Amino acid sequence: MKRLDRESRHRVALTLNGREANGWAEPRMLLSDFLRHELGATGTHVGCEHGVCGACTVRLDGAPVRACLTLAVQADGRRVDTVEGLASNGELNDLQKAFRRHHALQCGFCTAGILMSLDAWLESNPAPDEGEVRALLSGHLCRCTGYTGIVAAALDAAEARRREDGP
Amino acid sequence: MSTLGTAIERVEDAALLMGRGRYIDDMPVAPGTGHAAILRSPHPHARLLSIDTEAALALPGVHAVVTGEDARAWSTPFIVSVRQPMEHWCIAIDRVRYAGEPVAIVVAEDRYRAEDALALIDVRYEPLDAVVDPEATLGADAPVLHEKVGSNLVSERSFRYGEPEAAFEAAAHTVTTTVRYPRNSCTPIECLGLIAAYDPGEDAYDVLSHFQGPLTLHPVMARALKVPGPRFRLRSVPDSGGSFGIKQAVFPLIVAMALAARKAARPVKWIEDRLEHLLAATSATNRMTRIEAAVEADGRIASLRLDQLEDCGAYLRAPEPATLYRNHGNLTGPYCIPHLAVNNRVVVTNKTPTGLNRGFGGPQLYYALERLMQRVAVTLGLDPLDVIKRNLVPADAMPYRAAAGAVLDAGDFPATLDHGAREGALDALRVRRDAARAEGRLYGIGFAAAVESSVSNMGYITTVLSAEERRKAGPKDGAVSHATVAVDPLGAVTVTADSIPQGQGHRTVLAQVVGDALGLAPAQVTVALEHDTQRDPWSIAAGNYSSRFSGAVAGAAHLAAVRVRERLARIASQQLNARPEDVRFEQGRIFAAGNPGNDLDFRRVASLVHWSPGSLPDGVPPALRETARWTPPQLTPPDDDDRINNSAAYSFIFDFCGVEVDRATGAVAIDRYVTTHDTGRRLNPALVDGQIRGAFAHAVGAAFYEELAYSEDGSFLSGTLADYLVPTACEVPDPQILHRDIPTPATPLGAKGVGEGNCMTTPVCLANAAADALGVESLDLPLTPARIGDLIHGPESTPPRP
Repeated sequence: MKRLDRESRHRVALTLNGREANGWAEPRMLLSDFLRHELGATGTHVGCEHGVCGACTVRLDGAPVRACLTLAVQADGRRVDTVEGLASNGELNDLQKAFRRHHALQCGFCTAGILMSLDAWLESNPAPDEGEVRALLSGHLCRCTGYTGIVAAALDAAEARRREDGP
Repeated sequence: MSTLGTAIERVEDAALLMGRGRYIDDMPVAPGTGHAAILRSPHPHARLLSIDTEAALALPGVHAVVTGEDARAWSTPFIVSVRQPMEHWCIAIDRVRYAGEPVAIVVAEDRYRAEDALALIDVRYEPLDAVVDPEATLGADAPVLHEKVGSNLVSERSFRYGEPEAAFEAAAHTVTTTVRYPRNSCTPIECLGLIAAYDPGEDAYDVLSHFQGPLTLHPVMARALKVPGPRFRLRSVPDSGGSFGIKQAVFPLIVAMALAARKAARPVKWIEDRLEHLLAATSATNRMTRIEAAVEADGRIASLRLDQLEDCGAYLRAPEPATLYRNHGNLTGPYCIPHLAVNNRVVVTNKTPTGLNRGFGGPQLYYALERLMQRVAVTLGLDPLDVIKRNLVPADAMPYRAAAGAVLDAGDFPATLDHGAREGALDALRVRRDAARAEGRLYGIGFAAAVESSVSNMGYITTVLSAEERRKAGPKDGAVSHATVAVDPLGAVTVTADSIPQGQGHRTVLAQVVGDALGLAPAQVTVALEHDTQRDPWSIAAGNYSSRFSGAVAGAAHLAAVRVRERLARIASQQLNARPEDVRFEQGRIFAAGNPGNDLDFRRVASLVHWSPGSLPDGVPPALRETARWTPPQLTPPDDDDRINNSAAYSFIFDFCGVEVDRATGAVAIDRYVTTHDTGRRLNPALVDGQIRGAFAHAVGAAFYEELAYSEDGSFLSGTLADYLVPTACEVPDPQILHRDIPTPATPLGAKGVGEGNCMTTPVCLANAAADALGVESLDLPLTPARIGDLIHGPESTPPRP
């Protein structure tokens, strides 16, 4: 195991949305701060810094994690996916489009974390019902929408993916 | 084809969904910008004996430490709305009066180091007794917060409209209830933040923030910084992570950080963390209301008597006590109640100062008024819906001047109520309740009706002053909005306005409004709403509050676009050989009515004003930029009898719901919720419903979970989101939303406000249902299982201490 000196800054190299990225971090630096202020990936938002609101959720080697409860140095050598990686060539992906269609966001601050949780979850839960979607969303706080649009968008995107994959 | 009134997708969303929003913490900063952290008082009330900053300053990377001494040198206390010698400085001086009050600010090279330095500041306090209860703070032995004021009662006024005494004497029944509305906050997911700079050459401050307005607070801040307004430049960011009123509360920190930038001699960035936010940002007022009705035998109410005790926390922070007066003119709600007596007291306690919060005074008022309506029905043995119906203002009385001065502008309240009851299947819900009760379950139905005030009169707060004091101070009234529509040399359209949005989708709606007027698709209209007090038109009413957007801002944008259209029509009429009034604008083409085949390209006509002013018809000025200013003429100052029309428009809401109470756990579950709205003309129905759902979710939180709680000694108890519970997708059901739109003549587009109503109706509607289920007389929010359990089973005994 690599030993880190508390007083020094360490090189953290990771794969961010499929591209190599690196920066410097003290051992105590949060992954959320590292992504935002060291790598400039400001799409990941910070809402509480104690793991409740879910706004900072990113995928670490595919699994959703709270970036505010993860140290930057823990991500060294690993794959990190954030909201910036969902669209390609400026085109929203199907889940993002469903969010737009269903007015599933207002201020947009909690949205990145919700998209990343759903992005991961729908891969292993392709046919969720409303109750399951709501249970998944209970790891996120949204103060604008009352959640109705978010639930509808998630169900809509899941159904569209199932249709695309075909029987 | 115009999109106005249709649910188009939002222009804001693509960037936000891609993670390309530009919120305050995403904004670029100058090299060398310092990062601030705030040392906050752990005591609710204490004398500040000394602050030793030496060790903090010695820490490498620390640029400056700012204390009350700097505030004393470079600023003044914030001005207070009532005539009281209360001193509220942006950083505590001599004394702290609530847990979380700023005591010192560290500016360092990064936030981590700034927080390290906080731990090295040595503050000596002499703790004082604290008081948190609004009744206790009036006691003879209560600690006095502001010695110069001499009392914790900072304002008291009595009002009398009509003949309330005679009405009570003549009444068949008198029904009374007392409610205690708790402290809560809409807690946007983005906390407060700002970037401040100081230019010593011109003695000028420049602050970028998501401060939402109202810009009545701009002169308050400039004055505190001891500079004229133009030397306090306040700019807003493109995106804000929600506000619901809360981001008004960044203003004292704007002043504090402006001083920090001055002391550190570099720009300073401050981003609040969640713990600070819950502890010390702001709160709705907690209010105790005793409300009494003089009732006739059939349930008709002849008079109301209100005794309101408003707790604004440790300081009366501008615009407070506005929460208490925002609904003053419409204290009688949607009802025809001719006589009214009011006693208003405002007190200070050792709690965080209060401010704007979605509903702003409405939740407190309607919790009392609609609980009373339910009590009237129970007391007289009447159907609660009949009691509401019998008292509603009838349609033929519109516009209706309420006892305390509100002019209810338009609507058919009884028909809207009937529409809601019918389309929402109230009869079926009653059957459901009876079936549940027959099985021995605790099931109840609740109702609530309200008028939702929107587009605030800038003069309503002066109702807190006597007529004599108002005469001395000069008149205050109106609600000025600004919008500008410009056409560029290639015919592209830009809109700016003074709405300072916080996530609601104002850019989308303004593109619809202006596109509608000019015959353009919304995509052909660019809307830029970052506001700059040095460059953009604004008035004190500017900002994002009192649901002013759809009535006032969209209205001004419409007026500006119509002026642009009129000018283009004059130019085109020459080329089309038609009268200007016959010129039509559709799908980017301009043509004469009846001759659509002979048309002109909008862009071509528009570009003429830039490229060839010489060829314009006589009297048409060159260039094309129109700024419209609008103020509702009916918003006059309070009259000598203290009547005030506090808002330009009043939406109507009627809610009902069914809840079931779990006898074992005390949990209250929403079985069904129906909310019916007359919001005037709906400019974008999807955004309207989004506002209703959002307010409903906040209200579910206020009803069941949320309280900024204090212990008796003034310690703050809900400092994390694990303590201050916010409802998740599992706790917020999807309400049935019904509409019955009656356009109002009170605003240019016929639209009224919609963002706050369910924060006013839903908490009390749910409480009325719980009261119906439990058969109890009084219950206060939040309706936690513990509180409901006490009502079912009696209070739990205190466990013996080991």
